Amino acid sequence: MGRNKIFTKIKKPFLWPACVVLFMALPLVVDSNYITSVLIVIGLYTIIVQGLGILMGYAGQVSFGHGGFFGLGGYAVAVLTTRYDWPPVLALLAAIALPGLVAAGIGRPALKLREFYLALGTMGFGILIHTMFNEAGKLTGGPSGIAGIPYLSTGGLVFDSDIKFFYLVWAVVLLVLFGINNLIRSRVGRALRAIRESEHAAETAGIDTGKLKLKAFIFSALLAGLAGGLYAFYVTFVSPAPFGFNASVQFVLMAVVGGLGTFFGPLLGATLVVLLGEFLRWAIPLVIPGAGGEYEIVFFGLILVLLMIYRPEGLGTLGKILTSPGKKKPGAAEAGIPGGGRGYEVN
Amino acid sequence: MLLEVQGLTKQFGGVAAVRDVGFQVAEGTIFALIGPNGAGKTTVFNLITGMLRPDAGSINFSGRRLDGLKPYQIAAAGITRTFQNLQLFGGMTVLENVMTGAHIKGKTGFIKAMLRRPGINAEDKQIIEHSMALLGEVGLDGSANLPAAALPFGSQRLLEIARALASGPRLVLLDEPAAGLNSTETRTLAGYLKKLRNNGLTMVLVEHDMETVMEVADRILVLNFGRVIAEGTPAEVQADPKVIRAYLGEDERIA
Ligand SMILES: Nc1ncnc2c1ncn2[C@@H]1O[C@H](COP(=O)(O)OP(=O)(O)OP(=O)(O)O)[C@@H](O)[C@H]1O
Ligand SMILES: [Mg+2]
Repeated sequence: MGRNKIFTKIKKPFLWPACVVLFMALPLVVDSNYITSVLIVIGLYTIIVQGLGILMGYAGQVSFGHGGFFGLGGYAVAVLTTRYDWPPVLALLAAIALPGLVAAGIGRPALKLREFYLALGTMGFGILIHTMFNEAGKLTGGPSGIAGIPYLSTGGLVFDSDIKFFYLVWAVVLLVLFGINNLIRSRVGRALRAIRESEHAAETAGIDTGKLKLKAFIFSALLAGLAGGLYAFYVTFVSPAPFGFNASVQFVLMAVVGGLGTFFGPLLGATLVVLLGEFLRWAIPLVIPGAGGEYEIVFFGLILVLLMIYRPEGLGTLGKILTSPGKKKPGAAEAGIPGGGRGYEVN
Repeated sequence: MLLEVQGLTKQFGGVAAVRDVGFQVAEGTIFALIGPNGAGKTTVFNLITGMLRPDAGSINFSGRRLDGLKPYQIAAAGITRTFQNLQLFGGMTVLENVMTGAHIKGKTGFIKAMLRRPGINAEDKQIIEHSMALLGEVGLDGSANLPAAALPFGSQRLLEIARALASGPRLVLLDEPAAGLNSTETRTLAGYLKKLRNNGLTMVLVEHDMETVMEVADRILVLNFGRVIAEGTPAEVQADPKVIRAYLGEDERIA
């Protein structure tokens, strides 16, 4: 027993860095463009879901419109670099700022809505943005989108290969992980969790819950925009397709699958859902010849519903290793689904 | 007067939960609000803390008009509360609950927190010390790292009080703090409330346990069907036939 304890004590500080180093070496060892590109996509989605996880898992608010923020980031880069010749780095900053501003604008009225209505409201927003990508042809290129986005470059560094992009994206993932880890242990993190636990008690503790929810919403939009901007630089082409309602549902699914309010939930959720998507893309045409992407969303929706019913706390709480290192008690209480059975009665 | 309530009225549909209620609470006293179930006591608390908006009436706190403000603004003005049906942050630790109660004492913002700028640790350390001291007062410092939901019921009530005190309020509204406590716990609670008053804290107490009310209250207001039916010292209220009739039924006596 005592020996075991000492063993874990020695091991622990090295465990996570070791994992990170091993993971970062992956694209060098496994020389496969396909695997590298899947890992990049997982990284991009993880960034989005990390933000969405703060909104859903901590502030207790749902959004079915983050495909729209993701798209705003992507189109900001596409339009600014190809039509206005902005330097890539500036365009990327705009890709972060634009969704943030839009979120600040729509957030105040939207977050007044509760649960189901908030889901509907954000969904409407996402669809609106998506429609705009399709219809505002002069600016967005309509359904055929915008091609010819330059590589992301800064100084002498040009991100012109999958390997380079892999490192860029995963460096951002780690940075966001670091920031969120700090955030949830701070005064702000406590306030966010308090909103999820009891909004009334949070307010009477002096927390401006409306403002904090808005901040969480803006934060999640910034990250979705960042991921969208990186995505545009990665594929050097944007079209409306990846930014629609399907995407929004997938992001919510990732957040829920991974476990809301858990530290590694976003990473886990994004990984599982992307891998499942890859599997479905391969498997569905075998079963239903000629079937396209429209069947994927059915499966994803089904999984989401089943999870909500049978395992609302997600899969992130299955193993203790997957929860935040500092957290004392994983379990149902840690994983509040927005509004999941928590009443808002005044009493 | 620290708190002055005038003409407070609140309707729910056709039901007048609170009708033309007025009272004044002097600084450094315990003011009790009693009455049968459904008399409107909790509604008065919800109105004072801004969780409900009054249909009519005014609430003045230390000379400042409060009605119309949001709950968090009222908390910042110096009024906190506990809840009749506990509203703890169940998934957070006992210590985190109290630390969250001290929210307005801190300054750390979203960005600063993410970057973990220096100064955050110092701020947190201070809040932890302060919170642990409060937990010590109610005998919960040994459970600081347990999830609040894991505490026994009586301890959860005490934790709500500690959380309500964490921001250093001038007025605390306690909604049935003794409900569900055994008699030993209730006596300890009564002693604690008196100690807080001796330290200068003002409290409004809603409580069904008459022994506790008579022991700790400086003044008592009696509500029935949303209306004030009596007000006075414990002795005056105890002797008031209207109170005995309305509140206790014909043949009972106030303990
Ligand atoms: N949010 C609400 N919506 C509708 N009716 C309400 C609401 N809150 C309270 N009421 C009603 O107002 C009346 C007063 O309720 P209140 O909770 O203030 O009573 P109370 O004195 O606290 O009772 P108890 O001792 O049972 O806690 C009751 O008839 C109650 O049903
Ligand atoms: Mg009540």
